[in-house]
Amino acid sequence: MIRFENVVKRYPGEGADAVHNLNFEIASGTICMLVGPSGCGKTTTMKMINKLIRPTSGAILIDGRNIDTVDTIELRLSIGYIIQDIGLFPHMSVGENIATVPGELGWKKERINARIEELLELVDLNPKVYRNKKPNELSGGQKQRVGVARALAADPPIMLMDEPFGALDPITRAKMQDEFLHIQEKIRKTIVFVTHDIEEAIKMGDNIAVLKAGQIVQLSSPMEILSNPADPFVSELIGGRNSLKMLNLMLCGQIMKSLSPSEGEKARATGHGLLGLKATAQDALSEMLRTGQRFIYVEDGDRIVGVLEFEDLLERASRHGLSQ
Amino acid sequence: MSFLEFLMSRWPTILSLTLEHLLIVFIAMVISIALGVSVGILITKNKVAAQIVLNFTNILMTIPSLALFSLLIPVLGIGKIPAIVGLVAYTQLPIVRNVYTGMMTINPSILEAARGMGLTEKKILRTIKIPLAFPAMMSGIRTATVMGIGIGAIAGYIGAGGLGVYIFQGISRSNDQMVIVGAVIISLISILTDRFLGGLQRKLNR
Repeated sequence: MIRFENVVKRYPGEGADAVHNLNFEIASGTICMLVGPSGCGKTTTMKMINKLIRPTSGAILIDGRNIDTVDTIELRLSIGYIIQDIGLFPHMSVGENIATVPGELGWKKERINARIEELLELVDLNPKVYRNKKPNELSGGQKQRVGVARALAADPPIMLMDEPFGALDPITRAKMQDEFLHIQEKIRKTIVFVTHDIEEAIKMGDNIAVLKAGQIVQLSSPMEILSNPADPFVSELIGGRNSLKMLNLMLCGQIMKSLSPSEGEKARATGHGLLGLKATAQDALSEMLRTGQRFIYVEDGDRIVGVLEFEDLLERASRHGLSQ
Repeated sequence: MSFLEFLMSRWPTILSLTLEHLLIVFIAMVISIALGVSVGILITKNKVAAQIVLNFTNILMTIPSLALFSLLIPVLGIGKIPAIVGLVAYTQLPIVRNVYTGMMTINPSILEAARGMGLTEKKILRTIKIPLAFPAMMSGIRTATVMGIGIGAIAGYIGAGGLGVYIFQGISRSNDQMVIVGAVIISLISILTDRFLGGLQRKLNR
């Protein structure tokens, strides 16, 4: 768990605090998104966790230990760090880049080698092909995969990610987001993720901290932020169409009406449209609009297990909308 | 006496002057590289110091080499020592400037990533900054060495020996052959050294 206690940062010669009296917690194994416009203090907040920036006052605790009492190098070696420009070392191969932190920690060579293979597999790069390549031989997406692998190298419990997918094209970006969420399901790290993209925050975050002028204006789940923005600033950041965005957070598997196996068989016979359990309610709506049908079946593997009706979506979206 | 006969009859002298020339330049360059690289790295820590040092080395280089050597005579006398000191002073600028520029133009996000990952400053210098600045360093060293070989000729004027002796004697005795032999050998050494260092640079960059 990461905990901020009355953290203030004022840069020398500036009239206002870059970060003003932050008090919040990030639970272990969750992704906390720091989102807000340029200059809101989100990056400053993140960089104070690995001491790249020192707070003017206040304390930051990791699992109850004040980071001031921890050796800086030791602290940083235990925190994965990924930035937008990735910062891969251009004169080192992919493998050598990944080996950096394990090398500093004094791992044995065989252990490092095994870890490089494991991580490249994890980020979906064939170790045989990519291990000895230099960063300039990789595409933007591949570089960022290596960046993720390098940050995960010594299996740090915490990861700091500063707009990691910001420089990628939209398609690669969406793919990296999906893959990263998939990886996170396995590794369950405590992740602090800085972005200025509210869509990314909604998609990736377990919690979202919206920052404005160095203060957190709202810290809550994506659903809560969408259905119940704390103030006009947050509403504006979300930028309307909340209901559609909310549909994106609901999975068909969670909101469908279950069907018995025999009902499933009957539904199969109709040859009607199908979606998977992990498809979102937005996918379902889009499919309904496309086919002109007011319902859609949900399948799990090759078995139809449920049905989703247009009226359910309508009710779900408006129920959240009502509480605004 | 034909040119060939001249070469045949004087080759022991020519050889020993060439070796002497190489020795002076070699010693000067070893010192110059060690000093220049260290200074270039040190001044990356402080912008003001960097400006002062770069301006100073710049001024050193704008002093005509003959004047620089002459100025050293009252302090260090004549011979090999003032020649080496002069050469070191004269070849500092390309080395210091290239080391400095090479280190300062490293993409800041690479350094931020390195720091954020937990590398110590020492380790960053050794494994990131120096390797990345290496191509620039090498081209500075190459320029400086070739300059040193050429200017080494003028060291002959202050009694340091080397091929400059032959050129100056040739001029004062109106002996064209001596002048040509001295000048051509110095040019050859320059060209060969430049080629060699260029090849080394390419090989090390790979």
